[in-house]
Amino acid sequence: MKQPRPLVITNGRLVLPTGVTDGGVRIVDGNIDAVGDVSAADGDEQVDAKGRLIAPGLVDLGVFAVDKPAFHFGGITRAALMPDQSPTLDLPARINFIAKSGKPDLWVHPLAAATRGLAGKELAEIALMREAGARGIATGRQWIADSGTMLRLLQYAAMLDLVVVTHAEDAALVGDAVATAGEMATRLGLPSAPAEAEALAVARDIALAEITGARVHFRQVTTAAALALVRAAKKRSVPVTAGVTPAHFMLSDLATGNFRSFAKLSPPLRSEADRHAVVEAIADSTIDVIASGHDPRGAEDKRLPFADAAPGMAGAESLLAMTLTLVRDGVIDMSRAFAMLAAKPAELLGVNAGSLEAGREADIALVDPEKPWIIKREAMAASASNTPFDGQPAQGRVTALYKGGVAVA
Amino acid sequence: MRPSDPVLMTRSESSPFSGRFPAGSLAFPHRDLLAIAQLERHEILYLLEEAEQWVELNRQSAKRSDALAGLTIINAFFENSTRTLLSFEIAGKRLGADVVNMHAAQSSVKKGETLIDTAITLNAMRADAIVIRHGSSGAVELIASKVDCPVLNAGDGSHEHPTQALLDALALRHALDSRGEGSEDFSGLTVTICGDIMHSRVARSNLLCLQAMGATVRLCAPPALMPAGIEAMGAEVFHDFEAALNGSDVVMMLRLQNERMSGQFVPSAAEYHYLYGLTKDRLERAAPGALVMHPGPMNRGVEIDSDVADLLDRSIITRQVEMGVAIRMACLDVLTRRRRGVEGWQDEPRGGGRGRWA
Repeated sequence: MKQPRPLVITNGRLVLPTGVTDGGVRIVDGNIDAVGDVSAADGDEQVDAKGRLIAPGLVDLGVFAVDKPAFHFGGITRAALMPDQSPTLDLPARINFIAKSGKPDLWVHPLAAATRGLAGKELAEIALMREAGARGIATGRQWIADSGTMLRLLQYAAMLDLVVVTHAEDAALVGDAVATAGEMATRLGLPSAPAEAEALAVARDIALAEITGARVHFRQVTTAAALALVRAAKKRSVPVTAGVTPAHFMLSDLATGNFRSFAKLSPPLRSEADRHAVVEAIADSTIDVIASGHDPRGAEDKRLPFADAAPGMAGAESLLAMTLTLVRDGVIDMSRAFAMLAAKPAELLGVNAGSLEAGREADIALVDPEKPWIIKREAMAASASNTPFDGQPAQGRVTALYKGGVAVA
Repeated sequence: MRPSDPVLMTRSESSPFSGRFPAGSLAFPHRDLLAIAQLERHEILYLLEEAEQWVELNRQSAKRSDALAGLTIINAFFENSTRTLLSFEIAGKRLGADVVNMHAAQSSVKKGETLIDTAITLNAMRADAIVIRHGSSGAVELIASKVDCPVLNAGDGSHEHPTQALLDALALRHALDSRGEGSEDFSGLTVTICGDIMHSRVARSNLLCLQAMGATVRLCAPPALMPAGIEAMGAEVFHDFEAALNGSDVVMMLRLQNERMSGQFVPSAAEYHYLYGLTKDRLERAAPGALVMHPGPMNRGVEIDSDVADLLDRSIITRQVEMGVAIRMACLDVLTRRRRGVEGWQDEPRGGGRGRWA
């Protein structure tokens, strides 16, 4: 939908890369025209933000379903879709189709499957998929175990200047594990793998990124050992970035008690020490991106014995509120929260959004950062309600959302 | 101490020991028996005490009570079993219940909703107790959350096998008793459990049960078969079997659970026997007269030598099997008391029903 006439949002608090300041935005033809001390021209539509935050719409890097109601509830205007769809996003036609599936009020940025059928063997037609709208490459839910294939993938990705989103778990070490080795998995009698399976995978992919110069984004880095490797690699200017979902900075494997399959994730929840390491890595910018990993799963996938249940959580609705806990705890400031939720993912995907700057596309969220609410399964907008945060009090809600200057219903 | 005189077995609720435990249903306030981890020490002791009358009954020629007459017990075994299924079936029948066995092929229950649907189906048949064995840890709890009757866990994955731990405790208590070393609990006793700890629900349940009763528990296994963080459960961890045996009062051997292993954990049975087989020579390292236990099935010549397994005065392996029936009778009796309207057992039990979490 095209923006019919200019829109001015005033009386807000702007979340800018440099900090939060009072002001507003003027939006013309779907793009940000001016930021700061704006005033309405004749014929402009006017909105009073009433002191709420004026923030960039969230760019959710790595979701498993196009779930518009959940995304809009969570203030997400763009979602990078993982190739683990049915059928797999490994052909240009499929990319082309899915890239248009959310328009006009949600932009889906497909991530091209790195290999055909995500089998980890033959490279998919990545250049053609880029042409069809792919904004990055992803290995899917799993690691590419064959280092030779991974090397060639990264060489190819570097040539095409596409980010490679990888899953960091050494496949052979993980096997059929569904939990992190430790007291909790042992008490529950669950098949488990050592947390170091992540560090092994991260170490290899950092080495290959260093050889090839490819941009590698670890979608989730969740252990102290792997975060230390990323930290060191960044210091050497290796082009790697790291992401995480709120589950791994809010919860530890204690949440899997009573075999709660909603807390079954991939990678699995870690120890409390690793959770603290994640928070620390968010604070010192080792972690660049916070994403929802949105993966709605119904009863047929989740109401099963823990080991047989599907991993994943419906996280789009709670993404912002959970990230704001880091702001309230003083781990990060508001600007960096939105840098992790919007600016950095937009930069990795190469889309002209994610921050409040003139010339950017006008994806805007009005946020009441203090608004209290309770995450309730029954009340969720997502297509399934598998949240490990059920019943948890939260603070911070999106009160209005604009995609390309047009209010989202 | 237990009285030595035989006990009347038809009215279990009038047990002469009950004065030592909380009155009525407070002695065992759970609807289900899902794990040793959810039991208090006195609840374990209560079940053991309740089992004594059934030990006596089982040793008579007419082994029949009508305590559970008219009740239907379903044994739903989603994983192959011979001895546990037989033991539960005999236990139910000796109590006068109608016992139905359901053998569900493992393949059919791995598929999505089927397990929940099976639970709903069992519930609709109005069973009075359901005994479940399943290959996935936590599966029995999941079923319990979907049915209205008491559920007994007969083994879930590598999680727990509570009746096995209870019968082991009962067998051990009887063995100590007959030597004149008996006491209510196992304070001061050192028990070594050796074998495939990683995949063993018996090891987890026994660790918790023996510790609750005051014993010191040593676990011994090759590193690959020792689960991470088990020290946090209070066990002393050994990889050297001979060091673990040193001074142990009881040695419990477990078999290698090849069916649960993905990948190779041990080079060969012969090599395993070389390092971890319980031989007569090795048994000498344990405390004088140390007892030998095994939950079965045994792999003679692998984890235990025949001449050790058959030691008349030391091996209590067959006594374990005997106690299994009595313990399961006690559990079925206690858990069905609310349903039968036994005096003092009319309150709402803890647990069961729909859990807070999915």
